[in-house]
Amino acid sequence: MELISFGDKGWGDELFVATLMTIAVAITAMLIGFLFALIFTPLKLSKYKILNLIANFYTTVVRGVPELLVIYLFFFGGSGAIMYVAQIFGYYDYIEINAFLTGAISIGIISGAYSTEVFRGAIQSIDKGQFEACHVLGLKKYIYFFKVIMPQMLRLAIPNLSNVWQITLKDTSLISVTGLVEIMRQSYIAAGSTRDPLFFYSFAALLYLMLTYLSMKFINRLEKNYSRGY
Amino acid sequence: MDIELILTSFPKLLSATLVTLKLLSASLFFGLLIGLLFAILRLNKNKLVSSFAYGYSYVFRGTPLLVQIFIIYFGLGQIEYLRTTFLWVILKEPYWCAIIAFSLNTGAYTSEILRSAFETIKPGIIEAGRSLGLNKIFIFTKIQIPIAIKQSLPAYGNEIILMLKGTSLASTVTLMDITGVAKFIISTTFRPIEVFIVAGSIYLFITFLVHNLIKYLEKKYSFN
Repeated sequence: MELISFGDKGWGDELFVATLMTIAVAITAMLIGFLFALIFTPLKLSKYKILNLIANFYTTVVRGVPELLVIYLFFFGGSGAIMYVAQIFGYYDYIEINAFLTGAISIGIISGAYSTEVFRGAIQSIDKGQFEACHVLGLKKYIYFFKVIMPQMLRLAIPNLSNVWQITLKDTSLISVTGLVEIMRQSYIAAGSTRDPLFFYSFAALLYLMLTYLSMKFINRLEKNYSRGY
Repeated sequence: MDIELILTSFPKLLSATLVTLKLLSASLFFGLLIGLLFAILRLNKNKLVSSFAYGYSYVFRGTPLLVQIFIIYFGLGQIEYLRTTFLWVILKEPYWCAIIAFSLNTGAYTSEILRSAFETIKPGIIEAGRSLGLNKIFIFTKIQIPIAIKQSLPAYGNEIILMLKGTSLASTVTLMDITGVAKFIISTTFRPIEVFIVAGSIYLFITFLVHNLIKYLEKKYSFN
């Protein structure tokens, strides 16, 4: 028990901060993922073959390649790419990008590929008549999207999005390889300095279990809210 | 773009593919056995047995694979008692630790897939078997299993691909699988994009093969 007490002797406060960091990375990654989904879902549903091809390339590659490999690509390649761009503008110093941002972006891109598939599926399962009705009523494009399609799509998408959230939350553990101090990294540090890996990794597992449990509770409530009237 | 690096890293990554495939096939084999066992336990009428099986799948699906592999590789070695038993021969090898972690993880997902497959079998089919006087084992192996295989194939195909991606975590416990070798080449050459293209293509190629194999099996097991 002393090992997880707060203060100088225990690792409780460090692990608490690390848990907050995991949550922060997961939420940021999920939001970045939504941003990607917002770009690629319309491409997937577009009439133009070339746009479909681009979107399919994104989702197939990202979902078919290990997360760890994607993280390594951004971890080792991220600052190089930014420095390359900076050199065009005449800035030649070394630029190091923040581990948080690297992690959130790489996990976000992965999460975005899954979200894209979820949104595509949800929009495709909305009744065709809804789209036609909007046309007939002459609704403006954004009204018809935000007031008619979006609420129906969210109801269908939430159960699958909760899976994406679980995947994203668990994927954040992989960012520990880049040195960002989240649950996994903090447990690694604690295990190394106390020589008690069994305890700290089990405790980390417990923290992740708690996070998934609590988020499921929250999502279930959200799901109920969006399926009012059904 | 450094074409030469792509050409030189390709054979290195190809030989690492063997490690990945070994890890994948071993964990899928053991995972399927574990999954089948826990799916049967889950459908048991005894509340205690079924909730034990539920707890197993909940814990392994709710925690990251990385934590599981670290607990087994770094954690279990800490128990003095284990070091004296024959289990230590297995547990000191990162290769076996990875396989144990992967099998337990994919076993949890597989048990969920199989459980839902068993649950979708219409009771009428089993009753028909019983009224024909077939015994329980015969009904299970000749009626329930083939239907469950057909029902669970698409979901199991996804699980194989997820597991393929999961094997990349073996690189965190010093194994040199595709990702491990890729990371080594990247950290010595600082050319992540080229290596990513090669390693990514190998993974995508395996994914493609698995996808087609499942498609073929789905056709073979569709009874119409």
